[in-house]
Amino acid sequence: MSQATPDTRGRYGNYGGQYIPETLMAAVDELTAAFDAAVKDDGFRHEFEYLSRTFSGRPTPVYRADRLTHEAGGAEIWFKREDLCHTGAHKINNALGQVLLARRMGKRRIIAETGAGQHGVAVATVCAKFGLQCEVYMGVDDMARQAINVYKMRLLGATVTPVESGSKTLKDATNEAIRDWVTNVRTTHYVIGSAVGPHPYPLMVREFQSVIGREARAQMLVETGRLPTAVVACVGGGSNAIGIFAPFYDDPVRLVGVEAAGRGLKSGAHAASIVGGRPGVLHGSFSYLLQDEDGQVMATHSISAGLDYPGVGPEHAFLHDQHRAEYVSVTDEQALAAFHQTSRLEGIIPALESSHAIAYAMPLAAELAAEDLVLVNLSGRGDKDLDIVRGASG
Amino acid sequence: MSRIAATFARLGAQGRLGLIAYLTVGYPRLDATPALVEAAAESGADAIELGIPFSDPLADGRTIQAASQQALKGGVTVGRALEAASAARKKTEVPLLFMTYLNPILAFGLERFCRAATEAGVDGLIVPDLPPAESVDLRRAADASHIDLVFFVAPTSSETGIVAACRAATGFIYCIAVTGVTGARPELDPALLPLIETVRRHTNLPIVVGFGISRVEHLKALEGKADGVIVASALLDAIARAPEDPAGQVRRFLSDLRRPAAG
Ligand SMILES: Cc1ncc(COP(=O)(O)O)c(C=O)c1O
Repeated sequence: MSQATPDTRGRYGNYGGQYIPETLMAAVDELTAAFDAAVKDDGFRHEFEYLSRTFSGRPTPVYRADRLTHEAGGAEIWFKREDLCHTGAHKINNALGQVLLARRMGKRRIIAETGAGQHGVAVATVCAKFGLQCEVYMGVDDMARQAINVYKMRLLGATVTPVESGSKTLKDATNEAIRDWVTNVRTTHYVIGSAVGPHPYPLMVREFQSVIGREARAQMLVETGRLPTAVVACVGGGSNAIGIFAPFYDDPVRLVGVEAAGRGLKSGAHAASIVGGRPGVLHGSFSYLLQDEDGQVMATHSISAGLDYPGVGPEHAFLHDQHRAEYVSVTDEQALAAFHQTSRLEGIIPALESSHAIAYAMPLAAELAAEDLVLVNLSGRGDKDLDIVRGASG
Repeated sequence: MSRIAATFARLGAQGRLGLIAYLTVGYPRLDATPALVEAAAESGADAIELGIPFSDPLADGRTIQAASQQALKGGVTVGRALEAASAARKKTEVPLLFMTYLNPILAFGLERFCRAATEAGVDGLIVPDLPPAESVDLRRAADASHIDLVFFVAPTSSETGIVAACRAATGFIYCIAVTGVTGARPELDPALLPLIETVRRHTNLPIVVGFGISRVEHLKALEGKADGVIVASALLDAIARAPEDPAGQVRRFLSDLRRPAAG
């Protein structure tokens, strides 16, 4: 899997690249150089590891979900507990890494986009810790459905800027964040929240998130004496998935990415970019994209704001084409069912995003043998989703 | 010689600053564009940039975002934009350039798009999310169809970036006047003139300034310095003020911009 390390312009096979306005080019080059230097610098790595431990709460455990295992009636189901991270999701790993990098580059202003609000909260949290100015762009529809996270970001001292354009969700928040970056690029670092965007973002986000997979791989060996048969993760832009997948590339382990099928793939109201889209360019990279015949990006739907995005990271496009990972999809309804099931059977309230991964892992476990292991990345906790779930349950 | 080269040669000989008018195809109405091109050409525009709207115009400010959304809602497609260009070409001989983001071109097919654009009488392409390093395939397609492919320099460009744009471009160099997105602005950035001088050292191509250009004073300040200016958001703003008479607005706005500058 050596090609999973992109070339110097961030190409994973045909995917990736740097499709950005000239105004950003110098900043992206500067970022690439700063990132390359930082990952080689012991001081930077120690600071990242130290704060991951003392601030984010790493390592997070792996957990055997006995009652879900029993319910599925096949392989053992395990969770990697990213829901136990500070701020409640894996997003803090990337936020911490990128903000540390921004400080090294002398950028005092941080911007971010957010969908579910988990990335926005994570960035606002790290900015509060370091006393950096923070502005988070969020679609007005997402602000309504993830209101608690809006409140949290404001408590943490961030400015939350509503985005009214387009579909008023994550895609449009990303457009607006990029416009801010184009305007304030000299002073501002843009912390992208997923494994998307122009090179070096997909690589950088993977670097900061792959702590998930490194820990999980070692922990599974300690707890079970073997590697999982399959690793399952939900895929919005793909950061939690790439973070848990990458350390397993060279192992005989199935990697399964679960996209949001919304109201069903046939309904058109979904966010399954790989399963239901074709390659195109959005937000700086070439990857699978939900677009119409004319190359216009389509409106998406998912009950989970964090998966409600028409694109996907270029490394996933590559893993898909290479058949190194499988990509599947799960509907709103199936994810909701998994949300309830996990709450009742395990005493863990998962994020709706992560519920997609669980919803696929259950039938997958049922097909496998009792000695098989299915490791699910429980990317976040469901506190933020209670209003949506209550609304959906009537 | 291409229409673009011929136009700048003539402007150079006359010592005049070229004026390029930007129109979003299908704005303010689906069928409005050919008549607006004609109105612009008759009111002092030396070339016309036709924006094919894209759902996610991340280099554009509010004006072009709003025009793009309205045009898309009105039913503009790449095919319709080609038809509009073709109809406009029957009315005027000024250079026409398409400006759009990469994805609609990719979806249409790079070669097919360049061929169709040439057949429609379009002379050049401007793609704001396509830097030189990613442009090999589109360059090949553009060359095969004898269509110019313009690249950008920005106030933030490194020397390497400027050299790359000057090497990659044909037609002209698009010099971004501000660190930011499109949209009319009251003042020119003081860093603009030094940027133009730097670019001049690396190319013999015409240098055209865009982003924020909206006033007579901007044109005056750039006379003798740049070879042309692009007026986009300010022109669309003028149309938005009286969308029932877009051609009249285009005529008035461009004539006002031209009159004192032409002396
Ligand atoms: C808990 C959780 N999981 C997953 C995601 C999806 O993002 P990604 O695919 O980058 O992991 C989000 C995004 O907000 C999230 O909050």
